[in-house]
Amino acid sequence: MQYIHSAGLSLEGGGTIAPVIIAFDMAGALNHERSNCVLVFHALTGDQYVGRANPATGRPPWWSRVVGPGRILDTTRFCVLCVNVLGGCMGSTGPSERDAAGRVYGAGFPVITIPDMVRAQMAVLDHLGIARVMLAIGGSMGGMLALQMAADFPDRAGAFALIATAARHSAQNIAFYELGRQAIMSDPDWRGGAYAEAGTFPRRGLALARMAAHITYLSDEALHRKFGRALQARDAVSYGFEADFEVESYLRHQGERFVDRFDANSYLYITRAMDYFDLAAAHHEVLANAFRGARARFCVFSFSSDWHYPPAESKALARALVAAGADVSYVETDTDKGHDAFLLEEPEFERALAGFVNRTAALAGIAAGISGGIPGGSGANDPA
Amino acid sequence: MTPPDSAGAGGRLDHSVILGLVPTGAKVLDIGCGGGELLRRLRAEKQARGQGLELSQKGVNDCVGAGLSVIQGDAERDLALYPDDSFDWAILSRTIQATQRPGLILREIRRIAPRAIVSFPNFGHWRVRLSLLVKGEMPTTSALPTAWHETDNIHLCTLRDMLALTAATGLLVDEAIALSAGRVQDRRRGHSGLPGALNWRAEELVLSLVRGGKTKEDI
Repeated sequence: MQYIHSAGLSLEGGGTIAPVIIAFDMAGALNHERSNCVLVFHALTGDQYVGRANPATGRPPWWSRVVGPGRILDTTRFCVLCVNVLGGCMGSTGPSERDAAGRVYGAGFPVITIPDMVRAQMAVLDHLGIARVMLAIGGSMGGMLALQMAADFPDRAGAFALIATAARHSAQNIAFYELGRQAIMSDPDWRGGAYAEAGTFPRRGLALARMAAHITYLSDEALHRKFGRALQARDAVSYGFEADFEVESYLRHQGERFVDRFDANSYLYITRAMDYFDLAAAHHEVLANAFRGARARFCVFSFSSDWHYPPAESKALARALVAAGADVSYVETDTDKGHDAFLLEEPEFERALAGFVNRTAALAGIAAGISGGIPGGSGANDPA
Repeated sequence: MTPPDSAGAGGRLDHSVILGLVPTGAKVLDIGCGGGELLRRLRAEKQARGQGLELSQKGVNDCVGAGLSVIQGDAERDLALYPDDSFDWAILSRTIQATQRPGLILREIRRIAPRAIVSFPNFGHWRVRLSLLVKGEMPTTSALPTAWHETDNIHLCTLRDMLALTAATGLLVDEAIALSAGRVQDRRRGHSGLPGALNWRAEELVLSLVRGGKTKEDI
């Protein structure tokens, strides 16, 4: 599904994009009162197919453990809406799309921010006639979008679930994403961003960017548990630079798979938007100010071994929400799975999330589901 | 509102007494809320808007799984986060005797809410005094079931001690409810006249507190 926002968007960093095309997907039916919508914000490399397979490619949904019939976000109770972010490459206006003159934007696409992305999504809500969603929820960058929505549109959601996220990018986050961007831009096939015209694609650079980022999504313990120092299809090391170790082979595979589904320029623009994100800075350096007067309920979830957005950042966020007088819960799950834990089987996290979602639904007057929201499924098909 | 005389099947007696004190629809902060038993009852029986602060992450996760609003935190450090008058009632049920700095906690709850409830085991009960006098050992009773070396209660006190501390932190007793042998044994209104016989007879006390008097700093 697509919505063409002909009025366009004025961007925080200057300039306008008009019209703006916004791709979205819905799983489950909107009720008569339009009160059962759950807005899911996807992460950096996610897409709008959160609860059902991409009809074009058949690629399975990215959060099938949580979204679907009888799951925590039960699509027989709720209408689960997910919007491809502005700057993305799954149908929304972004650097791989064509401008009004019919040319691919490429590096000519304006720099966008998290607030710009949120305003694009609010335009979709307006288009669908949804004044207020029951719940806005997101993990990783999706959590940043949910936080920005809480700050800018506090009354457009009854509750916010903020998962494995942070209210700003740390120097370490910026450093890792800069490494990824430099990998892309130093690939000769990037062509100054004009690879579409040149008929090339910076596969090596984008794969490298993905490999670097992927390391930050996993914990040291998880890598050790999965691979240890095991060798890849050989009995001894080669004393060379082939992928001797399983972990090397795994990372290369992650990189190669990624370049087939993601646009290199989108990766540049979206990571830049994340780097610019600093909610406190926009509120006189006091994070609590971003949430003053918030009437929604909040729940902050973190994972003990997440070093991408560490629990300390989530805790600081929860403390800021307390200081703002908000109704807030903070759940930290003890796990060795790192940042990507929210996409994987984590019973403690899922139980707490189900409790928060069901309470949110009860307060919104949505009838209880048959199953009560049981997590299940084979898990995520791709990390954040 | 008359609380039930005994705990019955409905859970802890001090919780039942607390439920009788809190008006319907109140905004309540439960400090040291454990697995959320009191918050659940406040929501079900008093339609209270409850939030909790709990030290153990396990307790917090259980609470959130039950749909309650709870954060992990240490009362001594984290009560400072809450804005002035952000709640109608602040509750410490069997919590204060396990904290490092009870005086600090009482000052903070006085700031956060105009009304407070504190329940605690009374070390002034005659059985405790007798046990110490006769046996010369730290007493174990129904209100204090754990041996001295295993208990979380690091700041045990008598009603007389607690009244001195509440008065010094600017809190006055509106009502004192004495619990013994699983029943409400006595209720007294007002701050004057306490502790009297209650300090002898109560195994556990529930104090309903209001702001009043001057606070002494440095407690």
